[in-house]
Order: sequence, then C-alpha cells, then structure tokens
Amino acid sequence: MNPRIEVVAIDCLMVRLFDVIAEANMPWMLAATERLRYGFGPALVDLVPSYTTLMVHYDLTALTPAQARALIDQALTDLQPQAQGSGQCHVLPVWYDLSVGPELNLLSQRSGLAVEEVIRRHSAHEYQVFALGFAPGFAFMGLVDELLATPRLNTPRKRVAAGSVGIAERQTAAYPVVSPGGWNLIGRTPAKLFDRERDGYSLMQPGDTVRFASVSHAEFIHLGGDDTPLEAQA
Amino acid sequence: MSRLIIEASTPLCLLQDAGRFGVRHLGVTQGGALDWVSMSWANWLLDNALDAPVVEITLGGFTVQAEDYCLMALAGADLGAYVDERAISPGRSFILQKGQRLRFTQPFNGARAYLAAPGGFDAQAVLGSCATVVREALGGVDGFGKALAEGGRLAYSGTGGAMKVLANPDVQSAASLDVIIGAQIGQFSGQSLFDAFNTEWALDSRADRMGMRLLGTPLQYQGPSLISEGIPLGAIQVPPDGQPIVLLNDRQTIGGYPRLGALTPLSLARLAQCLPGEKVRLAPVVQEAAHRQHIKFLQQFADR
Repeated sequence: MNPRIEVVAIDCLMVRLFDVIAEANMPWMLAATERLRYGFGPALVDLVPSYTTLMVHYDLTALTPAQARALIDQALTDLQPQAQGSGQCHVLPVWYDLSVGPELNLLSQRSGLAVEEVIRRHSAHEYQVFALGFAPGFAFMGLVDELLATPRLNTPRKRVAAGSVGIAERQTAAYPVVSPGGWNLIGRTPAKLFDRERDGYSLMQPGDTVRFASVSHAEFIHLGGDDTPLEAQA
Repeated sequence: MSRLIIEASTPLCLLQDAGRFGVRHLGVTQGGALDWVSMSWANWLLDNALDAPVVEITLGGFTVQAEDYCLMALAGADLGAYVDERAISPGRSFILQKGQRLRFTQPFNGARAYLAAPGGFDAQAVLGSCATVVREALGGVDGFGKALAEGGRLAYSGTGGAMKVLANPDVQSAASLDVIIGAQIGQFSGQSLFDAFNTEWALDSRADRMGMRLLGTPLQYQGPSLISEGIPLGAIQVPPDGQPIVLLNDRQTIGGYPRLGALTPLSLARLAQCLPGEKVRLAPVVQEAAHRQHIKFLQQFADR
C-alpha cells in the first residue's frame, strides 16, 4: 500500500489507498478511517470511504490545505491493518422468491446453476460493506461469487420495492427505500436499512460485514416484510 | 411566534440551510442553499446565524400572507418581489404587516432568492439539518423532505433588530467560474484542457439541485475507467459524452466519472444564479489561492 493524496476541492483531499477492489483492503481502510477521524478531530466535516479511497472533507476555516495534508500524512504514518472483526456483522433475512426477485431465473440461466444453488451461493458468503451511496443506507457489498456476477439491467426499473436485494457484477445490495434501480433482483429483506430514529441512522456502516439468511415466506411476513409482488407495485 | 401562510408555491421553493454534514459516509447527500452567499446575506440582515433556515425561491411563483406582524429579509436574485403593490428589491430587511402579501413574480436578475426570518424559520432538524432533500425525504418544515406547498405555514420565533440594507446587493456575474484543478485533470487530452479553459460553455436546461450540465466542445478523458469514489461539492465530472456536469448540493455521494476538479464555493454561488442558456467560462485556480480568497471573503460577514 502506497497512499497518495490528491486535491479534489477547496476543502477536500482524496486519500487513494489502493488501485483495485479487494476484500483485503478493508482492514487497512478501517485503520486509516480511525486514524484520520482521530487526527482531524473537530476539523473533520465528513469522511467518505469508497472501495479504495477515503475522501477527507475538512473545515476550511480551521485548516489550510497544507495543514490538512500534513494531518493526513501523520495519520497514515506506520499504519497497521485493523484486526478483523472490528466492524459489526449483520445477518439480513431474505425471502428469495421469483415474485420479489424476478432475476433469480436469469442468474440461474447465466450460471447454469439451479435456482436453489444460486440462493445457497448468495447466502453462503460473508460480504464486506465497501461503501454507502446512491441513497441513504444503500450499502455496496461484495464480492459476489463469480458465477453469479451479472451486469446491471439494460433498462433500469422505474420502481424497485424497498428491501429488494440485488446483484450488479460482483456486488450485492439491498434498496433501503422505493427507488429506481437497475440491479438484478433476487429477493427481499424485511430489515429496516435506514432509520432516522436509530443511533447511527444506517443499519450498515462502511467496514461492517453482512450475511444473508434465506427465510420462508411465513418468516418474512412475521418479520414485517411486504410481499407485494414487484409487478403489482410498478 | 409569527406566521406566514403560503398562498402559492412551486416544487422549487424549499426550506434550506447550509446542509447536512457528518453523514456523507451513510450515503446521505449534502443539500442546502445553492447560493450560500445570498443565504448568508439574508441571515446577516437579521443578525441571524449565517446558516439559519431560509426559504430558497427559484424563479418565482411564491406568495405568502402574514398572519401577524413579520420582520423579514431578502437577498439573492431579483425575482420581481412585491409587498402588496409595492416592489421590494433584494438586499434588505423589511416588514410585513398583518394581512400583507409578499409575492415573487418572475426572474429579472438571477435565479434564486433567499427569504430569511428572525432566528431562522422554525423546523425540526433531521440528521442535523433542515435542508430539504425531496429525493431522500429529509428536511423541510415537516422533516420529510416536502417542498413548500400552498396551504402550508412558515413560522419563526426570533425577534430581530434594526432594519438593514446591503450596499451592493446585486448577484455577481457568473461569466467566469473558478475551477480548483485536481482529481483526474491530468488524464484529459491536451486539446481538451485547452478547450475546457478557453472556450465558452452554455448552461443546459438539464439542470437541477443535483447538477448543471455545460454544453460545448466535448472533452476527452484518456485515463482508465474509475472505481467509484467520494464526490465533493462543485465537482466537474465528465461522462463519456464529454459534456461536463457541475455537481451541486443534492449530488449523489459517490460516483465513478472522471473529474477536472471542482468549482470554488464562490463560483458555485454565482452559478446558482444562472439561467439555462447563459454562457460561462472556466478559469483554473490552485487550491491554496482559492482557500486564501475564500477566507478573505468570509471576513466580510464579520466586518460589516
């Protein structure tokens, strides 16, 4: 790892830690995040992690660009990867079903795997949360089994139900609220992913890990899930 | 408490403040007044905190009636404002007597006007801010991201002091916008760098609070495709069609298009007053110089 610091705005510097997406990046990203938060203290406005980068947005009335750069250099000196398991591990219940996950068939056809095997593989892995974006609480997770990797839909849906679980290339995610979206949908979670009343607001935070657990229709409903088929909501 | 009844509004009339901070890592956008300079002046006129909640009125179509005696301040664009039949220019505080109407008709100079009230308009902060982001259902008077609508009410609880007027209330010309060079600028073609800073750009009608598109000679990025990364306010991203988009307060928090750098906050405030079809030029600046200029600019609010 050879971090680079790049100017991106009057009060933002991009810390580029890696050049490729890898699960092995995360212990370093978490360690750098912690050091930067501590080093900048109240002068930190926002710290935006994404796959290979950390964007540092600092208070420009408190620091000059040179001072901010020096703080980053200092925070990254002798950086050690954080011990595994420092993020939270979440288990997201998912009702995998064609009525709420119409691309289960497409993934089965593309991979040559039975639908049950697609579900088994998607729920077998513990995913890393690389970044949040697109919408509040929307977590980009990976890496999905290579056989399940599928490009986004050519034409995004105008309306994807809240809780929809999808795959795009080797990433997986769940939609916190109803929104347009182009990911391949395979199921739905009853979990509330973003809640303004919750401490920390978002269920998942960058650096957390996530496992999906296949649940029956009855359990999904019991957990408060909405089983309205996708087409009926359109 | 003094109240205003909203008699006419549009989806572009929104309660705003400086925006939401400390939550970008959760995918929550910034929001906030597009012309933060005019928002600051509107608040300054009433001795408010410079980022107290204001109404951002874009293009006009907004009318309120005072339910009680109200002290107000107006800054930013000249949107043909009237108190009953008396025209009122931006850059001043003024009084609305009970029953009087304040209405904004159409843009004469600039695009966005900011209406302030003593202590700021009342609203429950959501995730630390009252900034209205319709897409994220956050902020505004009700807290759920609704634009101001006919039949709604605005209230304030402050008292306010002496009447003030700004010496130079006009919104500044946007003819030249300063770009802090950075991000992937080194990976655009030499010709594109020349074109970026030596040709005119027209503001497209495809413009909203997420971004404004610039039309001109297409710019050519020659670097590798990017992994999504954090996007700062004012970033100028260049999608594959080569037509730059200036990303504004309601932008998505991460993205993967190459960028030339980012507009300075002062240039963003000027851009916020531009209408589609207007022509602008981009001028390169370095971060340190822009920072010094910005700190000097902020001093005005303290000095006056």
